[in-house]
Amino acid sequence: MNWYAVRAIYGFEMARTWRTIGQSILAPVLSTSLYFVVFGSAIGSRIQEVEGTSYGAFIVPGLMMLSLLTESIGNASFGIYFPRFVGTIYEVLSAPVSAAEVLLGYVGAAASKSVILGFIILATAAVFVPLEIKHPVWMLSFLVLTSATFSLFGFIIGLWADSFEKLQIIPLLIITPLTFLGGSFYSISMLPPTWQTITLFNPVVYLVSGFRWSFYEISDVRVAVSLGMTMTFMVVCLSTAWWMLKTGYRLKK
Amino acid sequence: MDSVISIKDVAKTYANGFQALKGTNLEIRRGEIFGMLGPNGAGKTTLINIVCGIVNATAGSVTVDGHDNVKDARKARSLIGLVPQELTTDAFETVWDTVSFSRGLFGKPKSPKRVEEVLKSLSLWDKKSSKIMELSGGMKRRVMIAKALAHDPQILFLDEPTAGVDVELRKDMWNVVRGLRDSGVTIILTTHYIEEAEEMADRIAVINHGEIIVVDEKAELMRKLGKKQLTLHLHEPLAGLPVVLAADQQLELKDGGMELVYTYDALATRTGINALLARLQDAGIRFHDVSTTQSSLEEIFVSLVKKPS
Repeated sequence: MNWYAVRAIYGFEMARTWRTIGQSILAPVLSTSLYFVVFGSAIGSRIQEVEGTSYGAFIVPGLMMLSLLTESIGNASFGIYFPRFVGTIYEVLSAPVSAAEVLLGYVGAAASKSVILGFIILATAAVFVPLEIKHPVWMLSFLVLTSATFSLFGFIIGLWADSFEKLQIIPLLIITPLTFLGGSFYSISMLPPTWQTITLFNPVVYLVSGFRWSFYEISDVRVAVSLGMTMTFMVVCLSTAWWMLKTGYRLKK
Repeated sequence: MDSVISIKDVAKTYANGFQALKGTNLEIRRGEIFGMLGPNGAGKTTLINIVCGIVNATAGSVTVDGHDNVKDARKARSLIGLVPQELTTDAFETVWDTVSFSRGLFGKPKSPKRVEEVLKSLSLWDKKSSKIMELSGGMKRRVMIAKALAHDPQILFLDEPTAGVDVELRKDMWNVVRGLRDSGVTIILTTHYIEEAEEMADRIAVINHGEIIVVDEKAELMRKLGKKQLTLHLHEPLAGLPVVLAADQQLELKDGGMELVYTYDALATRTGINALLARLQDAGIRFHDVSTTQSSLEEIFVSLVKKPS
């Protein structure tokens, strides 16, 4: 294992985070605060409790997931796309690094950033609504697992994309709708029965549900199912990213 | 012969059907400076990129110090440093950070001392805290060399390192290269400046249309392929070649009839010089000086790549 390389890539990517602190951290915090002001306070005060939890508190896990998904994909995809775009990737390709080391460096950094972001959003949320976390260990596990999984997914997009437009298209056209329709702002039980069934095909439902359970012990699907689905998606992403690096897909001519 | 890189039947056809390399075989000897010459698109960069693991070969194999560069990529790559042709650098990182990054990437522990040495040897020390985007093109080129040297490679690939570089930097660079060679590093370079190859390289390969046309010791190459010219500086100008000499295709009249130039093959058992001198004497042509010149590597190179393939 070339740990020096993992550290070098990880450090390089984290340095980028601190350099672009406004874009990396402050922007999501601002947008989350706006959600709280609008949904939590302005509209939320008129909505009754959802399964025994105030609406403002109910949406906290969903909002965290919303940012986590978008930011994980954004950071990881840009992290690998940019060196491909400017050509500096030659160095990583010619270095004695394995697929595992490349993934640990790039995806590890993107996931770390997301976890940090998650905590910042949590702290921001605490300013607006009373919070309780019934299962902190599970909360952390879901947070880390989701960050890692979607950073992997972002890494795949960053390898696949051959233009800035393509880099944006999947997060914009697929992830954002799935997150909004994945129960971030409502409980699935509020939907008509047919839509409840359709919604179960949305993978984000499982992430939000499991994450919300770790906060309030309320969930749309069983926790084990949530965990299973997240793990499955992670394995699929991991295998795909691994294959791409091994074969040099879109990296080597 | 102790070869450090062994290239066997390596071929590359790109996805668009372009055949960049046709079954190439090459042995690079340990500790030499090996020059690769060839026109643009000849396949030099493709060959370098295959050895370094940036391009997948369509066929053939490469071993680096005995390690297969695909099956045993980690060992093979850890020995190689690459300075690519394009100026591809980070933009927002500092010189110090980007050079330290390269060292880590190639599996070497942090060493501020070594990074300092490398930066100083390339006159980059006072720029160590500058962001790369603030540097001039020549300085960026130095940074790329520093990145490749930071991890102490045993083999160094320099792909057109002096393209668009001023005279001073070129001198600095060649001093660094000589220093590296003296410390046992094998250096493979491509260049457009043939006089550089002529000055620096121990052995030279000429590549054209994806094939190696010739590989040889520089001196041997110049001896074998070079033409020699004998120039006779005449006492009195000649209006034209005398009838007895006119049929001789190796003979030319130059400098307004003041010089008689005879081109011959230095390796031939019979150069024809004696016969020429005898005939001149018979014709009553007198000369006051003689000089010989040997064709440069550039002339040899041009004659090689211009041959219809």
